[in-house]
Amino acid sequence: MTTPMTITEKILASHAERDAVSPGELIEVNVDLALANDITAPLAIRVFEELEVEKVFDREKIALILDHFVPNKDIASAEQARIMTEFARRHDIKHYFDLGDSGIEHVILPEKGLVVPGDLVIGADSHTCTYGALGAFSAGVGSTDVGVILATGRTWLKVPSTIKLEYEGRLRQWVGGKDLILYTIGLLGVEGAAYKTLEFSGEVAGKLTMDQRFTMANMAVEAGAKNGIFEPDDMARAYVNERAERQGTYFYSDSDAVFEKVVRINVDDIEPQVALPHSPDNVCPVSRVDHFRLDQVVIGSCTNGRIEDLRVSGEILKGRKVARGVRLIVIPGSPDIYKKAIQEGIIETLLEAGAVIGPPTCGPCLGGHMGILAEGEKAISTTNRNFIGRMGHPKSEVYLSSPAIASASAVLGRIGSPVEL
Amino acid sequence: MKYEGRVWKYGDHVDTDLIIPARFLNVSDKDELAKNCFADVRPDFAGNVKPGDIIVAGVNFGCGSSREHAPLAIKAAGVSVVIARSFARIFYRNAFNIGLPILESNEAADEFSEGELVSADLITGEIACEGKKKRFFAKPIPDFMRKIVEAGGLVRYVKNKDSL
Ligand code: SF4
Repeated sequence: MTTPMTITEKILASHAERDAVSPGELIEVNVDLALANDITAPLAIRVFEELEVEKVFDREKIALILDHFVPNKDIASAEQARIMTEFARRHDIKHYFDLGDSGIEHVILPEKGLVVPGDLVIGADSHTCTYGALGAFSAGVGSTDVGVILATGRTWLKVPSTIKLEYEGRLRQWVGGKDLILYTIGLLGVEGAAYKTLEFSGEVAGKLTMDQRFTMANMAVEAGAKNGIFEPDDMARAYVNERAERQGTYFYSDSDAVFEKVVRINVDDIEPQVALPHSPDNVCPVSRVDHFRLDQVVIGSCTNGRIEDLRVSGEILKGRKVARGVRLIVIPGSPDIYKKAIQEGIIETLLEAGAVIGPPTCGPCLGGHMGILAEGEKAISTTNRNFIGRMGHPKSEVYLSSPAIASASAVLGRIGSPVEL
Repeated sequence: MKYEGRVWKYGDHVDTDLIIPARFLNVSDKDELAKNCFADVRPDFAGNVKPGDIIVAGVNFGCGSSREHAPLAIKAAGVSVVIARSFARIFYRNAFNIGLPILESNEAADEFSEGELVSADLITGEIACEGKKKRFFAKPIPDFMRKIVEAGGLVRYVKNKDSL
């Protein structure tokens, strides 16, 4: 008799070389891909060096991405970047992304076909959970964990229990993946899924485009989850086949798998959602947000910096102007997305509307650079966190939304929906 | 492993952006990080924290970004142990990995206030406040995590045991 398992449990079992695992067990697993960025890699490299091993475990299973402070914002960040560059050269790291071919880590890696279904991916970045959109297990850890993986290719994990989310019904106009995940985080709370898996399912989830699935899996961590995951369907298969050399392994939850709980969400009445300051679970429908003057709008990040996001933005801003006094900053998540947006005329549309286009970078998402808020300023952003001071001054405010709401808000000069235009 | 110090009290959901804002992450030197620990929300912290002091907080301490700079900054600032109702997952791992002792206790968060002198024993989980004559026990640390702490962090653990 085989033990019924969820997709997450099956991926973990296969990487622990076991027939079955169950929630709560501590296991050691083999890692298919380990990643770190310009903030977390220097610390991971220091740990790797303390371990005094000569070589990394596998030069093809490591991704180092310069994305947070690029183009280097100051001397200190340039020095951190250099630590990464030198390490990547010394160990001949295959997937090393520097300016020119680099973009935001969680946008670049799937785009380059480096993650396939059934993979186990560990990253020194909390939004590593993004790759769950492809039916992979992926989770964020800290630099020391990744430093050890660089040397050994292995890590330990506690098998999470799973909350299954079933989305049913019909999506309203201008409602998509971002709204569903914000709504879900509002429902569960920022620690509602702590140490657990969120499994996204149901008829509605199955119809979402890959870009929207990335958005949802990306923000699983905002409910405290270890990973978020979709079962890989034909759409995921097509996405992967177009990009990856490896085939991947397609796992599915057994029909009698044990879930900690199953939450059914009827989407019929869900409006576009906005997370108010200063927490991603502080959500409310866009129609109920107060009217106040906005200073800045940001469209980008590992949550919503993909081509579809820019398309929506272009569609809404076509022939319109950004309201006076509002700064609209648009940041394509990768050079490929940037190129596509130019070819499709989106960049021109955005420029004509009055947007500023940034190079692929995390930039203002974490208050790093390229769009920092002053005291008392208010911004709406398609990013994933609106903690105190996240985008600048501790007395600034960040509201989170989809690209559709953010773009309409840029025109209105206050938070609002495209139907008001 | 017994620690004693004054309480710095925090609320729920203290995220890693509050512990160390991202603009200070262009370095990874721990003493530099310590200087900016809680820079925005408690500018008085870095200058006044004494070696051994103890942070007592509510639920979900350390949520948000995976930056290990957060527990590093707290440790380098001199904090001996963080006691919270609960910790966010990545912070929990990071704290053990770098050797920042942490304990989970609801009673500590309920009972202790700013500036009180309290002690905490990592192995027994005993948390006490002499002044108030109060004593609680924290949630026991999983065996595996205790071994990491006893080894002095994950690097040492891996070096000794060669198991990962
Ligand atoms: S875009 Fe924002 S959330 Fe995503 S990796 Fe960069 S800083 Fe982190």
